[in-house]
Amino acid sequence: MSFWTRHQVFEKNSIILIVGILAVIAVGGLVEITPLFYLKSTIEAVDGIRPYTPLELAGRNIYVREGCYLCHSQMVRPLRDEVERYGHYSLAAESMYDHPFQWGSKRTGPDLARVGAKYSDEWHVAHLVDPRAIVPQSVMPGYPFLAQAAVDASTMAAHLRTSRAVGVPYSDDQIANAVADLKTQADPDNGDVDGLTKRYPKAVARNFDGKDGMPTEMDALVAYLQMLGTLVDFKLYNEKANLR
Amino acid sequence: MTPGEAGLSALFAALAFLCLAGTAMALDTAFAFHMMLGCFASLWALFAILDRYYDRPAALPPREINGRPNYNMAPVKFSAVMSVFWGIAGFAVGLIIACQLAWPALNFDLPWTSFGRLRPLHTSAVIFAFGGNVLIATSFYVVQKTCRARLAGDLAPWFVVLGYNFFILIAGTGYLLGVTQSKEYAEPEWYADLWLTVVWVTYLLVFLMTLVRRKEPHIYVANWFYLAFIVTIAVLHLGNNPALPVSVLGSKSYIAWGGVQDAMFQWWYGHNAVGFFLTAGFLAIMYYFIPKRAERPVYSYRLSIIHFWAIIFLYIWAGPHHLHYTALPDWAQTLGMTFSIMLWMPSWGGMINGLMTLSGAWDKLRTDPVLRMLVVSVAFYGMATFEGPLMSIKVVNSLSHYTDWTIGHVHSGALGWVGFVSFGALYCLVPWLWDRKGLYSLKLVNWHFWIATIGIVLYISAMWVSGILQGLMWRAYTSLGFLEYSFIETVEAMHPFYIIRALGGALFLIGALIMAYNLWMTVQVGEADEATAAPIPVALQPAE
Repeated sequence: MSFWTRHQVFEKNSIILIVGILAVIAVGGLVEITPLFYLKSTIEAVDGIRPYTPLELAGRNIYVREGCYLCHSQMVRPLRDEVERYGHYSLAAESMYDHPFQWGSKRTGPDLARVGAKYSDEWHVAHLVDPRAIVPQSVMPGYPFLAQAAVDASTMAAHLRTSRAVGVPYSDDQIANAVADLKTQADPDNGDVDGLTKRYPKAVARNFDGKDGMPTEMDALVAYLQMLGTLVDFKLYNEKANLR
Repeated sequence: MTPGEAGLSALFAALAFLCLAGTAMALDTAFAFHMMLGCFASLWALFAILDRYYDRPAALPPREINGRPNYNMAPVKFSAVMSVFWGIAGFAVGLIIACQLAWPALNFDLPWTSFGRLRPLHTSAVIFAFGGNVLIATSFYVVQKTCRARLAGDLAPWFVVLGYNFFILIAGTGYLLGVTQSKEYAEPEWYADLWLTVVWVTYLLVFLMTLVRRKEPHIYVANWFYLAFIVTIAVLHLGNNPALPVSVLGSKSYIAWGGVQDAMFQWWYGHNAVGFFLTAGFLAIMYYFIPKRAERPVYSYRLSIIHFWAIIFLYIWAGPHHLHYTALPDWAQTLGMTFSIMLWMPSWGGMINGLMTLSGAWDKLRTDPVLRMLVVSVAFYGMATFEGPLMSIKVVNSLSHYTDWTIGHVHSGALGWVGFVSFGALYCLVPWLWDRKGLYSLKLVNWHFWIATIGIVLYISAMWVSGILQGLMWRAYTSLGFLEYSFIETVEAMHPFYIIRALGGALFLIGALIMAYNLWMTVQVGEADEATAAPIPVALQPAE
């Protein structure tokens, strides 16, 4: 019986055909994906990585909602020009608490993986409201509506709890203080900043949008942008220890 | 009442009630809006089932009449019409966002008109709404004809076509309202994903049961590809989308996977949405419509066997080429690159099988613009599947990634291959479905072909130039060893190419509008094809 005759078993039996298809398509995915969950070298051991503060997480959700990832990557590749333009190449550990990841696939605008602390809050607010007022050649949409919308603080504990359920190590303490921490970070004069920075090392508490009153979506988004890529101290990072 | 009618009525009554409760208790307005749509749709479905039950004859349509299969073409017609509608909508949104990149004032600084929300609307509308409806319509047509069997299920095929289009509605309105999980080509949130899962499993069952009931000993090659497409999309959808909602009364969820694993799952999904939705499914169209239109058998049966198994095996591995030089481990990147390069071979095997089917019928390219469209689509397929492996090579990717080159590559496949093969299939399908002797005007098909082709050429050449230009500018150094260009200078350099791209997109849209007019007139004033209409009672079926 030739190969071509034998193949008729697939052509004459729809169930065998579907089983064959499933078997054939399963291989690639299994080989490429499953090791990422158990190979220790996948994610480097690095000091400084922590879950997002409630305000940063709220800002991140706005970043996701507005589709920022469609024009801005968050992944500096280990290429000479990128490292000089944006900073140290991105580590897997830096996005280990990202659900979903925001590496992006297109740079209509620059990479944002290390944009944190590069510009002032005022720059970000003015740029988000009217990008072309700051950078005349920019093609970015304006987001003036963020400055008007109050950020929804009330459900933050549920967001942290859900994140914990999918693997982000939020502590009970962090979840219990979610609402208070969100407000404190955007309005440090009226909150427990020490508690916030104890729960979230290196968290920066400022009035990001420069306006009094309830934290706005602008506060949240700027807080997120200002922490991007700032958690790892690359003066202390030993890349030899984490060859990948 | 059949068990199906009773069960679906009960299901929709329960869904209407659940959605009503969801509307009342929703935590965010987008979720409330979607639950309201769900409530209305469920009530409408309930009414439609009951209305049909009271109007229909006691016996359901038989599977055969006088020994000839009694085909069920009404759901196919619905999907074909929807594909034209969504195609034009999707191309139009594409034109809008292309113009936004050239003239950013067109974002209007409003949430629901900004590029970040319209771009997923464009990609989903063209891939899933336009492409998906073409695939459902053609698969339901081809599986019936090649199996000589009526579509399995009574209400199930309608559930598939209507349920799928309802998913599109929820997904699309969600993007505008900022409901997205931000996974490219898998943006819809958890409740839309759950609904799609139900619809898709029904689709698989309808297709599979029709195959099981076939009167032909062999399963025709197009059906292998359709089956692989349906099964694999189900697997990919389930693998990429597990998410935990913050509340069952709200739209926001957090995806189960994080960071590097999420990236790998996403591009395993994303690349195989290309591989199985936009390739395997449309190759099935190629394997039925080109031989049919050219009136020639498929070039090589053995090549189709090798090509089928090789392409579905190799495609799955190619995802990591979207993650070259990222924090994904090197071994995975290398595997992805290696298999992407190997993928060139089965891809061209498919192209050769499609093109060589024209052996002995090449003269028809001169006289039949529909066949020309189908054949040129296969040529674009060959071009895009050569470019893809090239771009998956790491050194090439270091230049091309993150630039418009990727956008150009995608569109040479999407406009040239998927678009043209779909248009060709629709030009064949509409006269067949509505029992017309032929199209209203072949001359208009010719106009469509040339206008759209010029549009594609403008589009992809503009994107090649802008992509390679931007990639080179990013890595350009001065003689003193400094980066030569600031980022914004590279944005500014893109402006003329973005205008050319928008012009190309506009031409493609004009072509599609010509097609819509032509198909509309074919149905309205086309000459009835009595030769086929008379003996086959399909035209006499009541609209279900």
